[in-house]
Amino acid sequence: MTSVAHGPYEINVGEGVAPIQMLHGTTTLGFVFQHGIIIAVDSRSTMGPFIASQTVQKVLEVSPYIIATMAGGAADCAYWHRVLQSEVRLYELRNKSHMSVAGASQIFANIMYQYKGRDLSVGTMIAGCDRGVPSLYYCDSDGQRTKGSVFSVGSGSTHAYGVLDSGYRPDLTVEEAIALGRRAIFHATHRDSYSGGIINVYHVHKDGWTKYPPIDCLEFFNFEKNPPLPISKDSLADLAKGPIVPAGTPIPSPAPSAPAPKAEPAPATTTSVSVTGSS
Amino acid sequence: MSDPMSYNGGTVLAMNGKNCCAIASDLRFGVNNIFVGRMHRIFPVGKKILVGYSGLASDCQTLNETIQLQTNLYSLREGRQISPHALTNLISTDLYEHRFGPLFVEPIVCGLDEKNEPYVCGADLLGCLSKPTDFIVSGTGMEMMMGACESFWRPDMEPEELLEVISQCFLAGLDRDALSGWGCVVHVITPTHTRTVYLKSRQD
Repeated sequence: MTSVAHGPYEINVGEGVAPIQMLHGTTTLGFVFQHGIIIAVDSRSTMGPFIASQTVQKVLEVSPYIIATMAGGAADCAYWHRVLQSEVRLYELRNKSHMSVAGASQIFANIMYQYKGRDLSVGTMIAGCDRGVPSLYYCDSDGQRTKGSVFSVGSGSTHAYGVLDSGYRPDLTVEEAIALGRRAIFHATHRDSYSGGIINVYHVHKDGWTKYPPIDCLEFFNFEKNPPLPISKDSLADLAKGPIVPAGTPIPSPAPSAPAPKAEPAPATTTSVSVTGSS
Repeated sequence: MSDPMSYNGGTVLAMNGKNCCAIASDLRFGVNNIFVGRMHRIFPVGKKILVGYSGLASDCQTLNETIQLQTNLYSLREGRQISPHALTNLISTDLYEHRFGPLFVEPIVCGLDEKNEPYVCGADLLGCLSKPTDFIVSGTGMEMMMGACESFWRPDMEPEELLEVISQCFLAGLDRDALSGWGCVVHVITPTHTRTVYLKSRQD
């Protein structure tokens, strides 16, 4: 049997190692503030360095009052949250009252503990309001279950924590809190190659949860403040003696006598952003 | 450091056109999954020749320094610039010298020869040359970019069309590779001048 090369996220299939677990790279965060809980997530799914999807929905709607985030193996998260969903619904039908977040997270943690040591890969935050009081739990496939006020999970979580901790206050307004969540996820997607895509934000409050419009990470990036790497004197300055012209300028046909076109008065960056192939 | 070829990430793509050729690379300098900063991985060797390096960043720089030294000495000795053909053979021998402890670089030479014919050639990390008539890719995004290039490349493209095709192919590939991106630069070499364009690419 070949040894596992890249941690527990690849499973052994006969002779070789098959990197089939998706969604390993992720950034998700959640924090409690005066008006409830903000949950923000990215949407990238990777298989090794390959980007399998940029439009994954990583917030799972467990019930109209409880949501959960997913990080780790996509199938593990999706399957066990569906199990949790059914448990929560059955409880409601049996008892004619909503299940508490504490209860739902405990059920989830118990399942995880039952399967401990069997290579499940799950890191989740479960958020909701118990009798109007917001509560946020972190559960993972080790069986850990922790109540807290600020969590971030996934490969980009350290980057997200940096932004989150510097901007977090319990008395944020809803708008400020949403902006903070988005900003933390954006900075994490910028630094972490395995996070990206679009940013989804949920606000959990005493009447349930509200989904906010998703925003593409690209819209957050300030191309004015962060110009592409300028061509340095050492590398490309005398690049074949060719002028750097803004994109969109037609290329003159290669006639030997034609004088080289004058470079346009270059803006601060000799940048020409012309082709936008990414749609 | 698991695999040196994907430790820093990055992709280089070169394409042939009609009396012109183009080379593109991303700007990412990372450490495994973390984006650290931006760097160029395409460097000129005299006029009308550009060399792009993908692989381990330190070895890319080392090989470039070696190549710059040798080509400068060459032009002083010969009184003329090195041809792309001679350059690729030089790179090949330089790489093979390290056969039992290789430089983790896969360079791509892109330029116009003495007759202004386009010349695109790649080498693997041990120095095995491959000279295609259409295009060549190396780096972490190779598989993704290859597919796009197979679909969009066609013979005898003029500089403007070549720029568009190489840009679209490169961006299509970039968006599927987690270890490449964070900006992209394209150079189109024509007999009279070289044009450099930065592309707006995703920053995540």
